[in-house]
Amino acid sequence: MTYPTNVKIVKVPCTGRVDIIHVMKAFESGADGVYLAGCLEGECHFLRGNLRAKKRVGHLKDLLEECGIGGERVAMYNLSAAQGQRFAEIAREMTEKIRALGPSPVKKYGAGRRAQSAEIGEQRAQCAE
Amino acid sequence: MIVANRKPFEEIVAMVKPYRKILLLGCNECVTVCATGGSKEVAVLASELRLYREKEGQPIEIAEQTLERNCDPEYVESLRPIIGNYEAVMSMACGCGIQFVGEHYREKLVLPAVNTTFDGVTEEHGVWAERCLGCGNCILDKTLGVCPVTRCAKSLFNGPCGGSTAGKCEVNKDTPCGWQLIVDRLKEMNLMEKYMEIQPLKDWSTSHGGGPRKRVREDLKL
Repeated sequence: MTYPTNVKIVKVPCTGRVDIIHVMKAFESGADGVYLAGCLEGECHFLRGNLRAKKRVGHLKDLLEECGIGGERVAMYNLSAAQGQRFAEIAREMTEKIRALGPSPVKKYGAGRRAQSAEIGEQRAQCAE
Repeated sequence: MIVANRKPFEEIVAMVKPYRKILLLGCNECVTVCATGGSKEVAVLASELRLYREKEGQPIEIAEQTLERNCDPEYVESLRPIIGNYEAVMSMACGCGIQFVGEHYREKLVLPAVNTTFDGVTEEHGVWAERCLGCGNCILDKTLGVCPVTRCAKSLFNGPCGGSTAGKCEVNKDTPCGWQLIVDRLKEMNLMEKYMEIQPLKDWSTSHGGGPRKRVREDLKL
């Protein structure tokens, strides 16, 4: 089984590690969609991490909707580590969903945003002095 | 702590519309505890604003800075070297902090990103509730730790009104009747005789009703 090459995987020990800002930064960097793939509910290795992630994804949908990116671009999926086929299926499903939505509305400013981040880093260093 | 909540996004967007470079300020105390204006929330709002403005074709530069507190001059002064770099400041601190920063940097507009609401406690993770409205004359000894000024919707001083039903306030079925809480507490501590002590009319001049308040300790002034 294969999954689309446009899916970039970021490994975390538990989806509970993922915070709101991580997903926001992904969209700022030009991601068209972000999904979290966590353990099946009730089977989280860290007990409730995937439930926290689910709630955060819910909150993210509201935030992305209000800033105009669209809440449909973020999603939560649950699967077991043994479900290789389901993993590929999810990757294809999300890819299709995002393709139908089109590229992220902020895509075209990618280069400008990277330059901005560097400048802000400088400003933070200034504040710290 | 002081509890606030973030303003609706459209209001925030309208406030920063004229600017291309702003400083977004947070506070490490009360608004951090109520998950409204700490460094995390500053980062998220800055991200949202950047995304929105990019989408609109009017990019905005946002520097993020969270002070320990916004209500003490030492912390607010730390912004002096950099504040000139920004067209305006938007603050996620409470109303005290928003005003105090403005007082220190009179040439800059300090815009409120939050609505400051009440003084309260964390009842559970993610739930904050009002406990004290700062009336300036505490009678918690007489009501065994439950404040009738704040926890009674009518701030009654001598027992519940007729609207109290099954221990809930007529204003909201989820709000406990303040006086029910007081009576429960008096019974728990076997001090029901205190209930028969009539409290006189409250002098509200110690509250905000008497005008903006100030406290001075001459022995502490440098």
